[in-house]
Amino acid sequence: MIRLERRPQPSTFWTWLTPLLAVALTVVFGGVLFAMLGKDPLVAIRTIFFDPLFSQFASFYRPQLLVKGAPLVLIAIGLSFGFRAGVWNIGAEGQYIIGALCGAAVALALYPMEARWLIFPLMILFGALGGLGWAMIPGLLKVRFGTNEILVSLMLVYVAEQLLAAMALGPLRNPEGMGFPGSRNLTQYDSATSWIDRAGGMHWGVITAFLAVILAYVVMSRHILGFQIRLAGQSPRAAAFSGVNPGGLVLICLGTSGALAGLAGMFEVSGPAGQVSIDFNVGYGFTAIIVAFLGRLHPVGILLAGGLMALTYIGGEIAQSQLQLPAAAIQLFQGMLLFFLLAVDVLTHFRVRLRHREVA
Amino acid sequence: MKETLLSLEGLTKAYPGVVANEDVSFDIRRGEVHALLGENGAGKSTLVKTIYGLVKPDRGRMRLNGAPYEPAEPKVARRLGVAMVFQHFSLFDALNVAENIALGMENPPRPRDLAARIRDVSETYGLPLDPFRTVGDLSAGERQRVEIIRCLLQDPKLLIMDEPTSVLTPQEVTILFETLRKLSAEGTAILYISHKLEEIRALCETATILRLGRVVGTCDPRESSARQMAEMMVGGELLVPEREPGEGGAVMLEVAGLSAASPRPFGTALRDIGFEVRAGEVLGIGGVAGNGQDELLAALSGELRTKPGMVRFKGDDIGRRGPNERRARALLTAPEERMGHAAAPDMSLTENAVLTANVREDLSRHGFLRWGRARAFAELVIERFDVRTPGPDRAAMSLSGGNLQKYVIGREILQRPDLLVVNQPTWGVDASAAAAIRQALLDLAAGGAAVIVISQDLDELMEISDRFAALNEGRLSAPRPARGLSVEEIGLMLGGAHDMEVAHVDA
Repeated sequence: MIRLERRPQPSTFWTWLTPLLAVALTVVFGGVLFAMLGKDPLVAIRTIFFDPLFSQFASFYRPQLLVKGAPLVLIAIGLSFGFRAGVWNIGAEGQYIIGALCGAAVALALYPMEARWLIFPLMILFGALGGLGWAMIPGLLKVRFGTNEILVSLMLVYVAEQLLAAMALGPLRNPEGMGFPGSRNLTQYDSATSWIDRAGGMHWGVITAFLAVILAYVVMSRHILGFQIRLAGQSPRAAAFSGVNPGGLVLICLGTSGALAGLAGMFEVSGPAGQVSIDFNVGYGFTAIIVAFLGRLHPVGILLAGGLMALTYIGGEIAQSQLQLPAAAIQLFQGMLLFFLLAVDVLTHFRVRLRHREVA
Repeated sequence: MKETLLSLEGLTKAYPGVVANEDVSFDIRRGEVHALLGENGAGKSTLVKTIYGLVKPDRGRMRLNGAPYEPAEPKVARRLGVAMVFQHFSLFDALNVAENIALGMENPPRPRDLAARIRDVSETYGLPLDPFRTVGDLSAGERQRVEIIRCLLQDPKLLIMDEPTSVLTPQEVTILFETLRKLSAEGTAILYISHKLEEIRALCETATILRLGRVVGTCDPRESSARQMAEMMVGGELLVPEREPGEGGAVMLEVAGLSAASPRPFGTALRDIGFEVRAGEVLGIGGVAGNGQDELLAALSGELRTKPGMVRFKGDDIGRRGPNERRARALLTAPEERMGHAAAPDMSLTENAVLTANVREDLSRHGFLRWGRARAFAELVIERFDVRTPGPDRAAMSLSGGNLQKYVIGREILQRPDLLVVNQPTWGVDASAAAAIRQALLDLAAGGAAVIVISQDLDELMEISDRFAALNEGRLSAPRPARGLSVEEIGLMLGGAHDMEVAHVDA
C-alpha cells in the first residue's frame, strides 16, 4: 500500500518542482477536458500556451501579457505576505475595487484640471489608501473581536461590488455620458492616465508590479519583518516568544495586501479599463490567490506564476474565439492549476513509500 | 485477606536508551483500591499500558485469576475484565453520551436499551449523567463519568485510572471517590495512579511505589504519612549539591503578589506568587508539570503581561514589557516545549538564532538582518554546546530532542543573561548532555547571573539549586535553602500539604 512518510526537513527540490508538476498535470487533465468538449486537445493546449507567444499575431498578444499579468503580480505579492504569516485575505477583489473607486474619484473630482505632477500622485495615494482602508475592516475586527478574516474579507467583496455599481450609476457617472452608466474615460484625461506606451503594453502598474517584486524579495529575505512574518506563519507560539506582536502583524499583512490590491485597481481603472463601470472588476483579486500559491509565495515565483496565468487568460481568449471553447472551460482550467498545486504540495513535506503494511 | 486478582511477575520493558520497567512484581487483590506511585518517568504509564495490552513486556508474565494473562491488544484485556480510564478522554464532542458509548462497543445494543442501561449504571454508582446530552456541553468531570460508565458497562474486574483527579473540581473528586469506594465494596479492584499523596491516603488500601522503573516499596497509605511515601518516591539518596551556596548578590528579580489567568484554555492560573532571586543564585522550582510552570515562565519572559508591581527586574517594573524589551535588559528565558515554542521546527538553526538573539547579539541593523553574524552565532552555539548537527543550515526539526535542547539553552546562555529562566532544561536529554547543561547553568550563576530552574526532576534541582520552592496548582511555596532540606520536607512542599499552605500565607 502507499504510505506517506514525513521528511526530516522540507525538500527544496520538490518545493520548486511541484509547481511545474502541477502545470503538467493541469495540461494533461485540461486536455482530457477539452477532448470531452469535442476539441482537439493538442490544438487547444497549443492555442492557450504557445499562440500568445509565438504565433504570427504574437506581437499583438505579447503587450497584453504585461497588461494582464501586472495586476495579478501586484495583488499576489501583497497576498503572499499575509499567506506566509497565516493571515488569509481572500477579499483582494474588494480592495481592488475600492482602490479603483478612490483613485478614480480623486481624478474625477479634479477634472478637467491638468496637472500631472499633482493628480496622478494623488490617485496613487488614494488608490492605495482605499484598498488599505477596506482591508483594515477585517483586520481590526480580527484583532479586536477575533472574527475570521477569511469570511469578513470575502463578504466585503460583495459589498464593494454593490458600491461599485452604485458609484457607476450615481456620483461618478459621466455627466456627458447621455445617461449611460459608467464614469468619464480616464485614458482621455492626460493627467490621470496610467498609460506610458499603449502599443507596448507598458503602464505604471507594470512598473509598480516589478518594483513590488524586488521590494518584497528584499523584505522577505533580509528584513526582520519578513522573518517575523515567516515565523508567525510557521509557529505562532515561537513568534510570540520571539516578541512578535500578533495583532500588529495581522494589520501589517492585511494593510500591505489591501494597499497593493488598491493600487492594482487604481492602475487598471486609469489605464487598461479606462473608466469606472458596473462590470469593472474581472476577478483579478481571486486569480491572484492562485498566482500567489503557484509562485510558492516567493516574489520571483509569483512573477513567473503571474506571467503563466496571464498566458492562460490571453490564450484562453484566443481559444474562445478561434475554437469556440466556453469561457467556463477556461476558468475550470485555471482552477485545476490551484487544485493540482495543492495536491502535489504534499510531496515537499512527505515522501511516498510503496510497501506492504507491516504487521504490528 | 482477599484473594489475588492479578499478579505481575518480573515485568521488564526496555525502550532504546531507557529501561521503563525492570523486574516489576506485585499483586492486586480482588476489590482493593491499589495506588501506583512514582515521579514522572518512574515507569507507571508503561506498566499500566502493559496491563491494558498496549505494550508487550520484554520479560515477565502476568496471571489473572490464576490463569496466564497475555493481552495482545486492549480488546482482549477488556474482554477479560480489565478496563482503563485515560487521563485524556477520547470522546466526540458533537455526539451525545449514549452515541459515544455505543461507538466503543463491539455489539452496541439499540439506543433506547443502551440509554436505559446507562441510566441504570449511573444511578447505581452515584454518577449523575443524562445519556442524551451532547458531550461538547459537558464539564471535564462529566466527561470522565462518560468514560467510567463506558468501562462499567463491561462489568470490569479491574479498573485502571490514570491521574483521574487532575481535571476535576474538589466536589467532583468527592463524587468520584464515593463511586470508587462503592465499586471496591462490590469486588472490583481499582489501580489508581496519582501524584497527590493526600488523595491516596484517603482512598487506597495498598500502594506500590515505583522509582526508575523498579518497585522500591509497598505500604498501606492509611497507616503511612505523606512524608514516608514521598521519601520512598524520591528515594533517600538525593544527590548533595556539590557547590557552596552563593553569597547572594544584589536582588535581580522581585516577584510579588503575581496573579494572572492562563493565556491558554485549560491552563493553570497563577495565584499570588512571591519570591526574589539574587545575583549568583540558583532558584529551583519543583512541581508536577501543569501546575503553572508554563504560565510562570510566560509571565517572566514577557509573553504574558502582568499588572504593575508584580514583576520587578533590577528594580524596574517590567510587568508590561514585551519579550524583546526584557531581553534588552538581560532577562532571558527558555521555555519547556522546544518544537514550536523555543524554536521554529521548519526554520534553520541560523534563523532560530535570530528568534531570540536579534536584540542582544546585534543581528540586525535598521531592521535589516545580518545573516553572516546570525550564522556565526549559531555556529558558536553549536560548537560550545556540542550540538550534533551537520551545520547551522539544517532545520531545527532535523535535530534530536536532546540536541535541540542543548542548542536552545546554549543560545540563551551565550547571550550573557543577568537572569536566565529555564523550564525543564534537561527533559528528554541523555545523561551526559544533561550534566553538561546543568554545569553550564552553574557556571552562569558562578559568573554572577541569577538562574531560575523550573523542573520536575528533584535530583536535578537538589544538585544545582541554592534555594528550592514548589509550584502547586498555581501557588508557589516559600523558597527555602536547598541545602539541608530533607526528603520529607520536599515531599510535603510538592504535595501541597496543609502546613505548607500555612507557611505560604506567612511568607
